[in-house]
Formats: sequence, C-alpha cells, structure tokens
Amino acid sequence: MSEYLPLVVLFILSTLVAAIAVALGHLFGPRRPTERKLQPYESGMTPFGPGTRRMPVRFYLVAVLFILFDIEVVFFIPWAVVYRKLGLFGFVEMLLFAGILEIAFVYAWKKGALEWE
Amino acid sequence: MSDPVTFVAKWLEAYLSGLGLASGWIAVIMAALGVIALGSAVLLLDILLVWVERKVVARFQDRLGPNRLGPFGLFQPIADVLKLLLKEDIIPQGADKFVYNLAPILALATVIMLWAVIPISATVAGSEINVGALYIVAVGALGTLSIIMAGWASNNKYALLGAFRMVAQMISYEVPMVIAILIPVILAKSMALTDIVESQTVWYIVLAPIAAIVFLIGAQAELGRAPFDLSEAESEIVAGYHIEYSGMKFGLFYAGELLHALTFGGLFATFFLGGWRGWGAETYPILGIGYFLIKSMFMYWVIMWIKYSFPRVRIDQMLNFCWKFLTPLILTVLSITAILDKLMSGLPYWAYVLGMLLSNLVILYFVYQAVGRYARRERQRVADPEKFRVNFPVKSTASPSHLP
Repeated sequence: MSEYLPLVVLFILSTLVAAIAVALGHLFGPRRPTERKLQPYESGMTPFGPGTRRMPVRFYLVAVLFILFDIEVVFFIPWAVVYRKLGLFGFVEMLLFAGILEIAFVYAWKKGALEWE
Repeated sequence: MSDPVTFVAKWLEAYLSGLGLASGWIAVIMAALGVIALGSAVLLLDILLVWVERKVVARFQDRLGPNRLGPFGLFQPIADVLKLLLKEDIIPQGADKFVYNLAPILALATVIMLWAVIPISATVAGSEINVGALYIVAVGALGTLSIIMAGWASNNKYALLGAFRMVAQMISYEVPMVIAILIPVILAKSMALTDIVESQTVWYIVLAPIAAIVFLIGAQAELGRAPFDLSEAESEIVAGYHIEYSGMKFGLFYAGELLHALTFGGLFATFFLGGWRGWGAETYPILGIGYFLIKSMFMYWVIMWIKYSFPRVRIDQMLNFCWKFLTPLILTVLSITAILDKLMSGLPYWAYVLGMLLSNLVILYFVYQAVGRYARRERQRVADPEKFRVNFPVKSTASPSHLP
C-alpha cells in the first residue's frame, strides 16, 4: 500500500495550498458589502425568483445514460488488462456483456432519449 | 551517476536513516518531500501558463498580448495573482457559504491530484500505482463535482444553467474519452501509466490514431473549451458556473482550468506520444522531463489552437455528436482492436503495428464517407427546406378571416 502514500500526501497538500489561497484572498481583499452588490448578478437587471430552480429533465436523462455507460466502462477497464489471459471464454463473455448494453443503448436511441428538444 | 533525481533521493534517504528514524517514517517523509517538489513544480508551471495562454491567444487574434511587465511580459502572471489577491471577496446573498467556498478549492486540488500518477521521466513519478488509468478517470470525475457545487451554491440562474450544461457535457464526453483510454490499456496490457509509457517502443498514436483523436475531442469537451464552451457562453449566460466568484476564488477556477488543459496535454503525451520517451531518455532520465514537457506543451498548444479556431456548437449538436457518433465509433474501434490484438498476438511487432494502423485507417475511411453523406444530406435540407419539411398539426395564424 506504500505507493498510495504519495496520493494521500498530495491530496492534503493540494487542498491546503488552495485553501491558503482562498484564505489570503479573504485576508487582503477589502470587504465593503452593500445590498445591491450582494444580489445575484443577472446582467444588471433586478433578480427575480429563486436562484436555484428546477431544471429541464433532459439533463437528468443525460446523467442516467452516463451511469449506464460508466458502469460498462468500469467493467471494461479490468477486463482490458487481463483479457489475453482469460482466453476465448473471457473474450466472448465480454462481447456478450457489451452486446446487452448495446441493446440498451439502441433502445434508448429509438425511444428518443438522445434527442434534445 | 546519470540521474540527479535518483542521486538526490538516495542521498536524502541515507541522511534520514543516519538521523536514526524508523523506516516507516522515512517513507512518509520521502513521499511528502517528493510530492511537495512535484506540487510546487506543477503550481509554478501553472503560473507560467497564464502568460502562455494570454500570449498565444493574443497571437491567434493578431494582437501582441502582455508585453509591459518584464521581458516579453513574463512578469504579467505575478501581477495578475497580486491583483486577484487584492480584489474584494464577494459572497452573494443566499449562497451556501461552505459549498461556495469549497468548490474552487476542489477545482484546483483535483487537477493537481491528477499529476500524481503521470510519469514525468523514467525515474520521476509521484506514485506508480497499478491502477493509474482508473485513478485518472476517478479523480477527473471529481472535477465535475466542483462545477456542480459552484453552480448550485451560487444562488444564481446563470451559474446553475452553466453548471448543468457543463456537467451534461463532461459526463457525456467522459464515456468516449474513457473508452479511448482503454485502447492504450489493451495495447500495453497494464493500467499503470509507467507501464503504458515503457511499452511504447512505437508511439500509440501510430497504433491507435482514432483513439487519439477521440481522446483529444473528449479532452476539449472535458475542459469546456471552444467548440464546446457552452458552459460559459458569454452571449447567453455571461460566465457560467463561476459567474458569482471574484478575487482569488475566481483565480483558483482559472488556474484549475489552465492546469487542467496542460494535464490533458500531458495525458495525451503519456497515452499516445510515448510520454518521456525520446532519444537518450533511458540512459539520461533527466532528458525525459524535457521530452515530456515539450510533448505536453505541444498538445496544450494544439488544444488552444482548436479553441481559438472553431465557433461554439449548440447543446443538441454537442450531445448528438457525443452519443450518436463518438460513442458508437469508439466502441467499434475498441472491439476491433481487441479482436485484432487477439489474432495478431503471434506476429512480429512490425506486422502487429502495421495491422493496427491499417485497420484504423480503414475505419477512418468509412467514417469519413459516412460523415460526408450526412453533411451532404444536411446541406440539401438547408438549401431546400420544403422537401424535408415535417408537417406539424399547427393551427393556422395567417388567415384573419374572422376579422372584419
């Protein structure tokens, strides 16, 4: 596990550096808040309604498609390393797995999940 | 003594054990020192990148760029950083303070984290973990998180819309990009980036040109750079997810974006251009650092070249291009590469390389034909819209017969 040690150290270090940069900005920057200044920026117009609002469902559809493919890819990665050792069985098995996912992909395509209207 | 890096590391280790420390602590201290050196080098490079980016943009747009501070304006980034430090730090009304402050930190930290597994020379690599490719994918996905955090916590409609667009784009293009990474993994039979570089006696861009192109397109989209810069479409949503950020927090997003571009240049060099490999890089590993930097800087320049040459695409075009073109294409290439690798495993290496290259060229030819056919149809559709018109049951608004 010792090769994972630098990763932990780098994570702590990089977070620390970025946090220090933010803190320095806090320290040196002036702070003169006014009510107008703190309003969300909407090209100079007076903002209306809440800033965090409902979004078109299309974005979530993309996210669901991504999950489908990401799982496929996550299973592909270890297979890609050892598939020569797995022989014909592992190869056909993976093609079957990919084929089933392709059917799902074609289904999503035909259903119009990939259309953006 | 051909490698100063190993020499310094050996000397330090001997010095620390001379102090009477336990071997576990020596490992921790060595890791910390190595990583501090790597992180500082990366951050210094990041500051230089501000100058590079501004200068190159200027040249593309027929301007001179920064040229007042220092020779060739080299001190400009330092002035930029000082200015950002002295700017007012505004947290907008209704923002989720903790998430709002965490997002820029995460944006920069994840990019620096990526450098941990990239082999910079034969002897310099942050960590030689055996799942390097998987690590790249996983940590790269953390960057997406920082964007959605920034967009959601800002309490701003533009920021939220920009973040949603950016995230939809990043996760879509991650699919073809990760499959494109798989092809070097298949060719090298290892996920460790050090192994991938060492097995490239012939650069993988020769064996897998399509994967290289798809990786480059994916990188462009992942970075949110034109033609995929919908997240910060100035004419629509002003600046996208970092619209409410000012001062150093904006600076961190900016620095993270620039460094991310160089990181993708470095990853492209590692996966497809042979990383640190070059003339004499094995006997003198210090040369490898130079080769690696030249290759990654060249790819960084290519990414900039694309950015400043293409207009922005629409979101439906962007997603169609990914899901209906790149993903099926790269899946086809992946299966053909796997089958060919299996069939040609007994052949001599030059025949193997030739077979891979020819198969890629054949696929490219067919893809070119298909794209050409699609483009012809689209041109006809634009030229003669009547012929292709879809008749919607639209109520006629043109006949004001009920009016007097």
